[in-house]
Amino acid sequence: MTEKKNSNGEVKLLGAWPSPFVIRARIALNIKSVEYDFIEETFGKRSQLLLKSNPVNKQIPVLIHGHKCIAESMIIVQYIHEAWSSSGPPILPSLPYDRAIARFWLTYIDDKWFPPLKSIVLGLDTEPIEEKLEKVREGLVLLEDAFNKISKGKDFFGGNQIGYLDIGFGSFLAWLKTVEVTEGVSLVHETTTPGLAKWLQKFCAHDAVKDVLPPIDKLIAFSKMLRANVDLVINPK
Amino acid sequence: MGSEDVKVLCFWASPFSIRVEWALKLKGVDYEYIEQDVFNKSTLLLELNPIHKKVPVLVHASKPILESFVILEYIDETWKQHPLLPQDPYQRAHDRFWANFAENKLLYASFIAMVATGDDTEKALNVARDSVEKIEQEIKGKKFFGGDNIGYLDIALGWISYWIPVYEEVGSMQILDPLRFPAINAWMTNFLNHPVIKDRLPPRDDMVAYFHTRKKIVSPTYHDLMKYL
Repeated sequence: MTEKKNSNGEVKLLGAWPSPFVIRARIALNIKSVEYDFIEETFGKRSQLLLKSNPVNKQIPVLIHGHKCIAESMIIVQYIHEAWSSSGPPILPSLPYDRAIARFWLTYIDDKWFPPLKSIVLGLDTEPIEEKLEKVREGLVLLEDAFNKISKGKDFFGGNQIGYLDIGFGSFLAWLKTVEVTEGVSLVHETTTPGLAKWLQKFCAHDAVKDVLPPIDKLIAFSKMLRANVDLVINPK
Repeated sequence: MGSEDVKVLCFWASPFSIRVEWALKLKGVDYEYIEQDVFNKSTLLLELNPIHKKVPVLVHASKPILESFVILEYIDETWKQHPLLPQDPYQRAHDRFWANFAENKLLYASFIAMVATGDDTEKALNVARDSVEKIEQEIKGKKFFGGDNIGYLDIALGWISYWIPVYEEVGSMQILDPLRFPAINAWMTNFLNHPVIKDRLPPRDDMVAYFHTRKKIVSPTYHDLMKYL
């Protein structure tokens, strides 16, 4: 699915192609077939538009819908689910308990699982890389179990359609693959995490996803640049 | 729905588990309160929340729901009376954003300010006060964040009205200066005077004693917390 021309400029997304958080918003917009202008931010610098539309934490992604600015990736995804409820399939599960499960796993992924992966990508020396990889692997075991329970034999966490948890977790897959290549390790594999391995293939091939996940070689080059500029990542201007 | 259907695993001094109670009480949902010793975790807690081993846990019809904000949304979606989140998608996004903001910026910063020493206290206080300044703009001209009635954001931020003054006392510091932040102080009074809220607050003296003890225990290793600023 290629970028659609946003003829009246009603929907804009401020972001950057490598960011998993931005990818989340793009997948959600694609699921709902929303046309939008994608406005790329320059790495290490914050544009006037970003500072104006998200003055509180000055971070991408920011969704601009008319005069409304929405920030924080999963808050944006929920907004898209609610604001375009009559267009395309739902993103959140319909039952409150299933939503609670999806939201729980998202907080786990963001607060516990992603930080060691991020630390590996940035080359931070907070602890030995083996320990960080072990944490990532332990998390994947939990997520494999969660996938098997939640998908109930269907293709995605969301069942037959990709949903909130597919988007939240799947947005990290390109970075996960990048770490596998640069560190020479296997993290998701059909022998250790068969459910996730199958899910990953289907997710990455999905129409709403395939054009927004960055190519791995591009991401590897980008990660080298990130490591050389870690202080800009931690303290952007 | 009888009280046996809804249970909440709580810790009396936790700002997280009290949110769940406030939400249930506002909606008039009966529940069984199960006190947890978070320093000596029960088999029940470890069974219901094996990954994080934390309170609160809401158990509804034998199914556990974890993470306080996730629980609040579950409560709002399950029991429709006295809606907590607004109807409009943008307003909902606004409330969720500010709940996260206060959690990530103010909650850590105010606790760290209480347990840190020297320059680090100042650093934490600055982050805390900057966060309060931003929240002040959101409550200006309103009785509650939810408008005339208490809503999701009041419950999510309610801890500010009761826990921060305790932290201020224990840490001999000031964050919520009434001259600098009149709107938030007015909201705190309104919130704490709400019949449902004031009926469900932990005893102040016990809170002060508890956090004095926490400060003594945590202070030697507070540097580990600085990364959350």
